[in-house]
Amino acid sequence: MRLPDLLDLATHSMAEARARTLLMLLAMSIGVASVVLLTALGEGARRYVVNEFEQLGTDLLIMLPGRTETTGGPPPLFGQTPRDLTIDDAQALLRHPGIERIAPITVGNAPVSYANREREVTIVGSTRDFFPVRRIQLGSGRLLPDIPPDRQSNVIILGADLKRELFENQAALGRWVRINDRRFRVIGILSPSGQSLGQDLGDMAIIPVASAQALFNSPSLFRVLIQARSKEDIESAREAATGIIRLRHDGEDDVTIITQDAMLGTFDKILRALTYTVGGIAAISLVVAGILIMNVMLVAVSQRVSEIGLLKALGGSERQVLRLFLTEAIMLAVAGALLGILISGLGILLVNHLYPSFPFAAPLWAPFAAAGVAVSTGLIFGVLPARRAARMDPVQALTGR
Amino acid sequence: MIELQQVERDFEVGDEIVRALADVTLDIPDGDYVSVMGPSGSGKSTLLNVLGLLDRPSRGEYLLDTIETTDLHEEKRAALRRDHIGFVFQAFHLVARLSAAENIALPMILAGTPPAERKRRVEEVLESLGLSDRASHRPDQLSGGQRQRVAIGRAIVMRPGLLLADEPTGNLDQHSGREVIGLLEQLNSEGITLIVVTHDVAIGDRARRQIRMLDGRIDRDERDDAPA
Repeated sequence: MRLPDLLDLATHSMAEARARTLLMLLAMSIGVASVVLLTALGEGARRYVVNEFEQLGTDLLIMLPGRTETTGGPPPLFGQTPRDLTIDDAQALLRHPGIERIAPITVGNAPVSYANREREVTIVGSTRDFFPVRRIQLGSGRLLPDIPPDRQSNVIILGADLKRELFENQAALGRWVRINDRRFRVIGILSPSGQSLGQDLGDMAIIPVASAQALFNSPSLFRVLIQARSKEDIESAREAATGIIRLRHDGEDDVTIITQDAMLGTFDKILRALTYTVGGIAAISLVVAGILIMNVMLVAVSQRVSEIGLLKALGGSERQVLRLFLTEAIMLAVAGALLGILISGLGILLVNHLYPSFPFAAPLWAPFAAAGVAVSTGLIFGVLPARRAARMDPVQALTGR
Repeated sequence: MIELQQVERDFEVGDEIVRALADVTLDIPDGDYVSVMGPSGSGKSTLLNVLGLLDRPSRGEYLLDTIETTDLHEEKRAALRRDHIGFVFQAFHLVARLSAAENIALPMILAGTPPAERKRRVEEVLESLGLSDRASHRPDQLSGGQRQRVAIGRAIVMRPGLLLADEPTGNLDQHSGREVIGLLEQLNSEGITLIVVTHDVAIGDRARRQIRMLDGRIDRDERDDAPA
């Protein structure tokens, strides 16, 4: 039998059983569309996180007090060390030529109040260089003063949301707010840029690092952000930083340095695994579609018994009958897969239209994998009905028994 | 040329074995016109199915054009059916979704005949059946007689040597039935071997050779030297 004739016969019989064909197309396309859309969701999440990290800059190192022996895992939240990581330690890092800027950070929660309003927010203590290092933009006012990091200064920069909640629409610049029993003058407002690394920039306040240490009574820094001069300098900066701190800490390696790349790599891996997982779960719906195809094809075979008998009487061999029914199943699967890819494409366009900021896009492999799975399901689940048809006894088939 | 040697066919029905054909030995020369008659269950349909290679004898030999068929692989038997045998059924067995021309082309599609050749031969057959103006009609748009004529067209489009007709007029009125028998006899006169299974004595008597089956055996095998 020639291939065009095979396709033609299969098309004819699919066109005859329109409801059956549509049902199978629907099942297959939903399966394929869900695979593509769910992997697009996972891929979108991955791209979102990668994006966030890249906004931070890939030339960034993060130093935290305490030593962890593990590598690659998530960074330790609380390091324990007998020695503090001090502002002086941080300042010493600047001696290395590969290190462009540093930003010592102290973090704590405290209530910020103005008049009779009070908000409990995250207070970040740092230096002027914190802003370029973290790539944070001011909406109005000015940055922290360029004073030595160990000098206190009663100035504060408010996050946009915090400013609105304390001052509503009044001007805030130059006003005094209170944190515990200290007063700080508002010198700047952050631009409402949203989030940085999952942290809501709108709901925080930034004060000089020495003031924060006094406020929270903590001599140790929470982190030191280190910006290398360039991406190529990251390794040398990392080694130099380790060496400098070891020297200052009596020969002990009691800090941990994380590169952005390592963190990015970890998140990337996790989210890729997530994408594969949801894709796999969605693939189950393809198997369900395959079982439906099998079921409906079995019904079709029993409805077309006398036609099968006729084909055999006219000289159709078992192989030809098998091929005919398999072709039908595969054509349905392929058409369903194409329809599903079309649907998912429209779905992705729609989501991108509704949420333009979320990078929702199917990974390149997803439609191919989905279509591949769809076709092989059609093949696998088409075999059983096709074999039943092929092995039918022509005499019984012709008499309709 | 058909040669059956002590052909038997058993069916298992529950625990019992029913012998549908018992010791059938039969020679049918090329171009013969044979009717097979007998009561229901006498084995005449089984005989036709065995002759048409749709069924395999349990014992015995069946030579079709000197080819021993009983041991042939199913693929080979299918090819023999396709190239050497045409079937005409009581219920026509036309594919409802295909037009008359497409139904006639079906055996050639299975044989892999190129479309141009197919088209030419379908046109020839339609012409000879007087159905040229019905080529694109689907079976439900044709009368019973026309349907059976399309089915005959399908049976002869591969130019087989043997034409097997199972109650070809069973679903037709008298007029169409006569027309169909006339067509079959005309094909026979052009050289094809014609075997007709029928209940209808009037039709059975028209054949040059009349075989009467009873309980799976050939009860009578008569030849009219002067056809009716």
